[in-house]
Amino acid sequence: MEQWLPLFFAGVMGLALLIYVILDGYDLGIGMLLPLAKDEEKDRMIDAIGPFWDANETWLVLGIGVLLIAFPKAHGMVLTALYLPVTLMLIGLILRGVAFDFRVKAQAQYKNMWNRLFFVGSVTAAVSQGWMLGAYVMGLNQDLISKLFSLGIALTLPALYVMLGCGWLFVKTDGALYNKAGRWARTAILPMGVGLFLISIATPIASPDIADKWFSLPAAIGLLPIPVTTAIAYALAYWVAGHDRILAAGYGWLVFASMLVICVMLALGLAYSIYPDIVIDKLSIHETAASTPSLKFAFVGVVVAVPMIFIYTIFIYRIFYGKANSLSYE
Amino acid sequence: MDFDPFILSRIQFAANISFHILFPAITIGLGWILVYFRTRFTLSGDEDWEYAYYFWVKVFALTFALGVVSGVTMSFQFGTNWPGFMEKAGNIAGPLLGYEVLTAFFLEASFLSIMLFGKARVSNTLHLVSAALVAIGTTLSAFWILSLNSWMQTPDGYWIENGVLMVESWWDIIFNPSFPYRLAHMLVASLLTAAFLIAGVSAWRVRQNVDGPATWKVIRTGVFLAAVFAPLQAILGDLHGLNTLEHQPAKIAAMEGIWETQKGAPLTLFGFPDEANRTTHFAIEIPKAASLILTHELDGEVKGLDEFDGVHPPVAMVFWSFRIMVGIGLLMILVAWMCAYSLLKQRTCGPFALRALSWMTFSGWIAVLAGWYVTEIGRQPWVVSGVIKSVDVVADHPAGMLFTTLTAYLLLYVFLLASYIATLRYLSSKPARSLIAMQQQFPDNTGSTAKGVN
Repeated sequence: MEQWLPLFFAGVMGLALLIYVILDGYDLGIGMLLPLAKDEEKDRMIDAIGPFWDANETWLVLGIGVLLIAFPKAHGMVLTALYLPVTLMLIGLILRGVAFDFRVKAQAQYKNMWNRLFFVGSVTAAVSQGWMLGAYVMGLNQDLISKLFSLGIALTLPALYVMLGCGWLFVKTDGALYNKAGRWARTAILPMGVGLFLISIATPIASPDIADKWFSLPAAIGLLPIPVTTAIAYALAYWVAGHDRILAAGYGWLVFASMLVICVMLALGLAYSIYPDIVIDKLSIHETAASTPSLKFAFVGVVVAVPMIFIYTIFIYRIFYGKANSLSYE
Repeated sequence: MDFDPFILSRIQFAANISFHILFPAITIGLGWILVYFRTRFTLSGDEDWEYAYYFWVKVFALTFALGVVSGVTMSFQFGTNWPGFMEKAGNIAGPLLGYEVLTAFFLEASFLSIMLFGKARVSNTLHLVSAALVAIGTTLSAFWILSLNSWMQTPDGYWIENGVLMVESWWDIIFNPSFPYRLAHMLVASLLTAAFLIAGVSAWRVRQNVDGPATWKVIRTGVFLAAVFAPLQAILGDLHGLNTLEHQPAKIAAMEGIWETQKGAPLTLFGFPDEANRTTHFAIEIPKAASLILTHELDGEVKGLDEFDGVHPPVAMVFWSFRIMVGIGLLMILVAWMCAYSLLKQRTCGPFALRALSWMTFSGWIAVLAGWYVTEIGRQPWVVSGVIKSVDVVADHPAGMLFTTLTAYLLLYVFLLASYIATLRYLSSKPARSLIAMQQQFPDNTGSTAKGVN
């Protein structure tokens, strides 16, 4: 029991954060694209995420909650070290979250202000999350290399979110907005690819521990499917987004599917790089785990509740299936 | 002035949680009121109830969004500012917070979408079920968070190993001694907050002649709810106080401003507690009344602040917050009964009663905040009563950084609160026609027409 419970919770936390990145990633991406759209298109873009964003954001609370449940010491260490980016992210998420309602409920003359705050909140949250991820991968070190690395991810993650946002717009919209999403995707996909590529090279250079894990035989051969799958998915997204005829034939959803694969592969790579630590070089999964009775109690809740959450999340996505022009955010 | 990082972290936590609680204080109660509106509509087919539902579901959505985003902040605050709390008490606090996320947050967030967007996509039954699930979600959320808060007030079911708290019995932890009282007190507080909000806003609508057919039904709902629950709240509050006397006598001594242990202690109605000189200036007292209230005996002994060797909460803030809470509570009973009486006698309320109701619109907020200040400041200097001191768990951040983030939060909260109230006022000023228009447009539920009424 003691052996696998902390590992189980590390897995749940990773899964929750991966789901968060994918789901709120498309929300934040659409938020960042908002200023590029015409006013009536802005409404449709918000409609495309309106019924989902709140539950999407809850995955972040679950991820952080599991960190707190299972690894209370790491929770304190990580969040204290990331104090400023966490605060910025929270302020960004607050602005983005309330703008959903205020932009349609407040007086019409304030709508533009709330649209702008929606954008500002989305950018702030995405950039801060990137910075946090970078600092986390660098083991919360404060040296220059770690900061440059964090900066790199702080710029790349928003590009990835924008691609997810474009993918979601392909799924939920049609007509002129769908075509526009194609143009946006073509602009964003190359910077995202370059960013991801540079990060993949920089990570082992900046962190010798991670280099050891990836470039020793036979691990390197076993790990090959991760970069290969990522490259194939990226090429597919690049190809689909780059061809108007394929997009026009309704295959835009392939971009979203490819982005999904890329996110899963990045998560696997990250998990492999970090394991068996929870904070690289500082705390391991086992030495920070909460006491076994606490983990057992929480285990029951996770095993019962998470499948139910999956079921009704799928149920909600089914109810709101289809193009977003038949929804309205009142 | 030198800023103490500990004080700054406390002010920041207080600011975050104070801002946050405003919104759940409404949604917990309003969720059930929406279920009531929807049920009345389902049973009677009377469209008035549906207008009431759609107006208040808009307010609910806005309020809920503010509650969600300010609540996300809370889940990070423990780590960013109070890492020692989770290091020491994480074995207990972690799972309780986890159960809140698992059982409540996803449920609320997911089914609220059906309430907001589901009109054309789901049956009325599923709509009603969704409203009920959202209300259950908000209540479950209150259950878990109040369980944790109560455990911090009256810890039970734990043992300590190497300075870390370990679980002895989850049952004793969850149903710790103050939990039933605090949960009941807070749930009723939320019902009262929502009751005065809907009655107050509707009274304002009547006075501004923007009332629709549903407005009087909403006033009646709010007034009768308040007329029943405001006096019940006084009884619950008294029971809660007796429970606090048993487990946290220092808090009671601070609430009542009792400096020395005495038999036949007087009740101080009003005064200025002076902690440095351990006296209350200009005290207006009722002889023996504190003993009567707290021990139900005229000559019962009440412990004073001198019993606690200086380890007691700051007196003036607890003393004053308590009087504000009780004052608002009494005002609520008065206004609710006055309006209920005239509704029963004349089936309507006069201009004075309507004015009183709209003045009381946000009275619940003041009472809820004051009540929480009593119980939370009253817990100091402990973060877990008698076990862990707040000062021992704070993160070691530089004061300048804390000052910056605190200022940012405060500016944001003032801006959001002003926007919230302005938007509520704007929504309330929309004529009944627009509600009817909205109602007619909902069946096709096309983006463009439904937006036309905004």
